[in-house]
Amino acid sequence: MIRVREFEETVATRYSEQEMRCPVHLSVGQEAPPSGLCEALAEKDQIFSHHRSHGHYVAKGGSLKKLISEFYGKATGCTRGVGGSMHAMDVDAGIIACTPIVGGIMPVAVGSAMAHKYDGNGIVTAVFLGDATLEEGVVHESFNFASLKKLPIIFFCENNFFSVYTHLRDRQPDRPLVDLAAAHKMDVYSVDGNDAVEVFRVSQLACESIRKGNGPVFIEAITYRWREHCGPNYDNDIGYRTEEEFQEWKKKCPVEKLTKQLLLEDKDAEEKIKKIHTKIRKEIEDAFQFALESPFPAKEELFKNLYAN
Amino acid sequence: MQTNSSKTQRKLSYAKALVEATDICMERDPKVIMFGLGVNDPKRIFGTVGNLPEKYGKDRIFDVPLSENALTGIAVGAATMGYRAILTHQRLDFALLSLDQIINNAAKWHYMFAGQWKCPIVIRMIIGRGWGQGPQHSQSLQAIFAHIPGLKVVMPATPADAKGLFIASVEDSNPVIFLEHRWLHYLEGEVPDGYYSLPLGKSQISLEGNSVTLVASSYMVYESYRAAEALKKIGISAEVINLQTVSPLDLETIIKSVKKTGHLVVADTGHASFGVPAEIISRVTENCFSALKSAPVRIACPDYPAPTTFALAKHYYPRSSDIAEAVLKILGESNGFEITNNLKNIEQSLRPDVPDLKFTGPF
Repeated sequence: MIRVREFEETVATRYSEQEMRCPVHLSVGQEAPPSGLCEALAEKDQIFSHHRSHGHYVAKGGSLKKLISEFYGKATGCTRGVGGSMHAMDVDAGIIACTPIVGGIMPVAVGSAMAHKYDGNGIVTAVFLGDATLEEGVVHESFNFASLKKLPIIFFCENNFFSVYTHLRDRQPDRPLVDLAAAHKMDVYSVDGNDAVEVFRVSQLACESIRKGNGPVFIEAITYRWREHCGPNYDNDIGYRTEEEFQEWKKKCPVEKLTKQLLLEDKDAEEKIKKIHTKIRKEIEDAFQFALESPFPAKEELFKNLYAN
Repeated sequence: MQTNSSKTQRKLSYAKALVEATDICMERDPKVIMFGLGVNDPKRIFGTVGNLPEKYGKDRIFDVPLSENALTGIAVGAATMGYRAILTHQRLDFALLSLDQIINNAAKWHYMFAGQWKCPIVIRMIIGRGWGQGPQHSQSLQAIFAHIPGLKVVMPATPADAKGLFIASVEDSNPVIFLEHRWLHYLEGEVPDGYYSLPLGKSQISLEGNSVTLVASSYMVYESYRAAEALKKIGISAEVINLQTVSPLDLETIIKSVKKTGHLVVADTGHASFGVPAEIISRVTENCFSALKSAPVRIACPDYPAPTTFALAKHYYPRSSDIAEAVLKILGESNGFEITNNLKNIEQSLRPDVPDLKFTGPF
């Protein structure tokens, strides 16, 4: 949780240096959903995601060095600079693939879950989607197939209300998002996506049910994107949402919320959290240093990997 | 032909050759799975699936919901995790719903993740003509797929090609678009027994000659062959190159032939503009312009959608007489009237919308 926040804030701060020359879709304000979910997943479990994936990647334990190097286009990056920030991956951490065509990753995750079911390896697959993803036809095809085949997959929807700058109310009729998944006959949950403990609890229920062979589960985590769609800035002044609305959500800061919850249980929590912050800042600083010192890919790499052998 | 031993040949239809090829792939590798609409229905994809669903069971061969796009992504996902997926479409036109998965994911899966994932999938699509298939049931869009880096596009002509190229496609570690012409499913030919594969990206000279090079793929190989046979009568010896794979293109074989003949005619089942013949002619002129003694010609469908009624369709599809006419023209041969006339007479004796008179509709 803290790692996601610190990571994204550092990217935001350093982005203006104009050396990370690829788009970044930051998830500040949306730390609780991936943190809660990934805490419930086992290490061997796997995730798939979309363009706003840094939080998912960091929460699942992906290498910071690889991701930051990728932002800088370096040969040490997740995909050696070929994919950029929108194609994050770290196989060792179970982060299989991220792609930025909205909905495009969903059936791939479903097919991967089918392979794991065939192999009987107990791996749970989680695929991240957003509220707008539900407007894509392929999502319904994916829900239908996963439910029909009772595949071990969590459809994890972060509803942050915005598709770029367009609000949910301008894109969908007023209805519970979970109904769309429920129509495909799967268990569904809707949770406060700024409450990491609640997200964790629900994700645990989902994992238990899936491991019993009950088929897919859909979770909606309601949350809010603090910064602009793509880039490091705040954009409450450009007219698609109000400063008031943003401030209301900022009051519900997921990091502060978890901190308060921990303080209630442990009076030394503040000190411990401070130490965590310090440790993580150092880790992130080291990762940036590593990325900056890493080489760019050689020219020959342009013509590598078109076909697999 | 790459075979692991000398093979007994026997006559087999193109459809049965595909059954045999699939059977061999599934027998040899338990990770091969196959799915698509109607794979285990009574018609078995025009007889190309046979009794394999009974033999391999529902986990490995299964019918699907009508979700072309998701199923393609599902194939990509299963392939990522070590399976080899064969996806079937009864018409190429239906597969257009899955262009996002084919172009954005499958084609780039290996490249964009810097070689960390492979995508061994075969997408079977059926192209064709006749019996009123019309604008949305017959398109030959190989050029679209061949334009996309990362895809391989295979268009077998003979039953032996179909078997050997199918096995190679399934064994390949990349996404392969496997295009079957509906009229070829019925066609019988000598097919070697047992396991063998034909290399992707390699063409075959199906008839040697030195007057003109005829390049064709899929069904147009037969039309070219027919034209070549007829032209022999007036001493024109055409070399027929059966492309087998459209992408990657075997330019070497084509250039070698053009250097020998100096003349080039390329026949294709697609539309004329921006098509496979355009690419081949462009490559040849770039690489061996000085070897050309005449301007190359492409034989293809008009740049209009395919009409349904046979009254119009018979004027739409190019046939052997068109190929022969093109050859006569570029060779400046004035006494070939009888040749093209004979071909036209044969063509007119057939109903224009069926491959042969044994056939009864619907497709």
